[in-house]
Amino acid sequence: MSTVALKPSAPTGGRASKKKPSQEGGIGRYLLIRFLLIIPTIFILVTMVFWLMRATGDPITAALGGRLAPEQLAERIHEAGYDRPILVQYFEYLGHIFTGNFGTTISTNRPVSEVLLTYGAATAELVFYSLLVALIVGIPLGMVAAYWRDKAPDAVLRVFAILCYATPVFFAGLLLKLVFAVWLKVLPVAGRATTGSELEMGFLPNKTGVYTIDALQTGDPAVFGDVLAHAVLPALALGLLTAGVFLRLVRTNVIGTLGTDYVDAARSRGVNEYRLVSKHAYRPALIPIITVIGLQIALLLGGAVLTETTFEWKGLGFILIEFIKARDFVAVQGIVALLAVIVALSNFIVDIIAALIDPRVRY
Amino acid sequence: MTTLTETTLSPRAPLWTRLPVVHQLRQSVGLQRGMLVAGLVITGVFILTAIFAPLLAPYGYSQLRDDSGSFGAQQTPGGSHLLGTTVGGYDVLSRVIWGSQTAITVMVIAVVLSIFAGVALGLVSGYFGGWLDRVLVVICDAVYAFPALLLAIVMGIVISGGRSGLWGGIFAAAISITVVFIPQYFRVIRAETVRIKAEAYVESARVLGASNGRIMFRHVLRNATRTLPLIFTLNASEALLTLAGLGFIGFGIEPSSAAEWGYDLNKSLSDVSSGIWWTSLFPGLAIVLVVLGITLVGESLNDLADPRLRSRRAPGKTAATSVVPGGTLNAGPGGIDGLEASSPASDQHSNDDPFEAK
Repeated sequence: MSTVALKPSAPTGGRASKKKPSQEGGIGRYLLIRFLLIIPTIFILVTMVFWLMRATGDPITAALGGRLAPEQLAERIHEAGYDRPILVQYFEYLGHIFTGNFGTTISTNRPVSEVLLTYGAATAELVFYSLLVALIVGIPLGMVAAYWRDKAPDAVLRVFAILCYATPVFFAGLLLKLVFAVWLKVLPVAGRATTGSELEMGFLPNKTGVYTIDALQTGDPAVFGDVLAHAVLPALALGLLTAGVFLRLVRTNVIGTLGTDYVDAARSRGVNEYRLVSKHAYRPALIPIITVIGLQIALLLGGAVLTETTFEWKGLGFILIEFIKARDFVAVQGIVALLAVIVALSNFIVDIIAALIDPRVRY
Repeated sequence: MTTLTETTLSPRAPLWTRLPVVHQLRQSVGLQRGMLVAGLVITGVFILTAIFAPLLAPYGYSQLRDDSGSFGAQQTPGGSHLLGTTVGGYDVLSRVIWGSQTAITVMVIAVVLSIFAGVALGLVSGYFGGWLDRVLVVICDAVYAFPALLLAIVMGIVISGGRSGLWGGIFAAAISITVVFIPQYFRVIRAETVRIKAEAYVESARVLGASNGRIMFRHVLRNATRTLPLIFTLNASEALLTLAGLGFIGFGIEPSSAAEWGYDLNKSLSDVSSGIWWTSLFPGLAIVLVVLGITLVGESLNDLADPRLRSRRAPGKTAATSVVPGGTLNAGPGGIDGLEASSPASDQHSNDDPFEAK
């Protein structure tokens, strides 16, 4: 999969056209192999997280050590089964993960899967909006930079892209907060919605946890506007981080396709310059972007942890930090394992989309 | 694709023009040169600040009072505190300056550790191949696909169980970052090794009876490390961002043992809501500037090394065309091609950037 993404010149022919896709096996075989590859990825990550976390000792001592008498501590460790051989615990853990059981948190005594469901929706919402911001900002600017390559717009945009990357997402968040929420007072400082809106949404019969959808369900435009207003700054902070990546990617790929014969041919036919860039040069450069969206999911999830902390956005990242502070490592392990599954799955889905669009990928 | 037409490496060229960065500087032109020079200047200032921090900083990083009494918390910039004081009563300017020392220490340790580990693994894996190679590739792909910060958090918990003192904190951060970086070096070196292994001179060495160790280190490694300076610069900036991220979520180094920008930003979170801007702006700007500087250098080197991205070059000099083999940073996570000993061409790419794996 990375092959195409990483070769901006792929659509331009050259090496790519020489490399004939082998004819053995079609899309079905590719899907199967690609799907089977998820299993070792998840297995390795879950295993790694388990052993690393367990290297710090048993979770009960970590969470409650010093607060309970040693006898009580030993009793709770025994109850939870942490005094058994570690290999037994490991296989039990694997089995549980397989059935979707991520354990029970120590600090709040809730099933981790329940915590994941409650907070996962918030993170998904944030990541979705950020991705939207990144694409809306990154793709057009990338085309502009490619068209005016090595000219002033290109120089400005390239520095902008580097700045996007160089600014830690929490610093961008703090600045946005300072300017728009504290000084200009046009947007809310933090949170996902005002208490009033949250109350109103709380009465809904089938809540999704995704506030945008819930707000629509209430049918109250004020609630909807409130929810959107809360999402603007976090989505901008996290989205700009990724926008730089898309900008650069589009730029490199469009530069590649702009130099091809068919673009020259189209130009000689009198196709106007705007159409030339936005259709002829951009379309073939799209596939690498789809692949990179998959890679960006991991980046966005990592960034979400920081963004959520900055904006008190009560998602997985926010709660993860809370659990770390409480030294509740069962919950930490559960959240990290779930994120590993999400990353692996999203990469798989993106690979499939890329393969469906571009036959060259399935070799 | 791997032709290396390095006419500048002919014995006639003076030594200084062959040094990595100097060479690229001479080769660059126009905008490219501007970006490279800007990056070098910023990076230079950063390094000098770190070295001379004890002389430059007006106060110590953990100093709360001087002869005229306590500094006071959240003092506005001006007077004896040029950039104000933090909520904890530290001098902001001093902590920003001292922070450069912490940053550079972590960056150097993290990058050096990951180069050694990643290169060793990549070399062995690529050279010997077989099941070890496959297992390592799958593991590295899995680690690479995972959000770097989360991995660093887990490592941070394991190493220090949270926060700790100066060296404990620095090593915890550095090792956490190392684990994230190893797969990148691993991939690059492995791809190069697989390619070089098939070269005629390696075969000749084997025919002459050279041992595996000798071939690996003398023949393969020396030819596989060409791209390292490039990844090195990109990773250095990533290391700083990860360190700041860790500090921001509370894996920082205690303020009494060192100054760390991410930690200071975390402490300024509540200040922002009440309109206090100086406690967050300056440490944040420090991070942005340093990352910007290093990235500009890395990016320029990357572009100069890639003939497809290099539009013009300085006249009169035949440039060293070192196509970056094995790619610079991001070979995507566990694709099928990751499992198959793919041809170097498929690993080669140029659109990737430092942005990829953060």
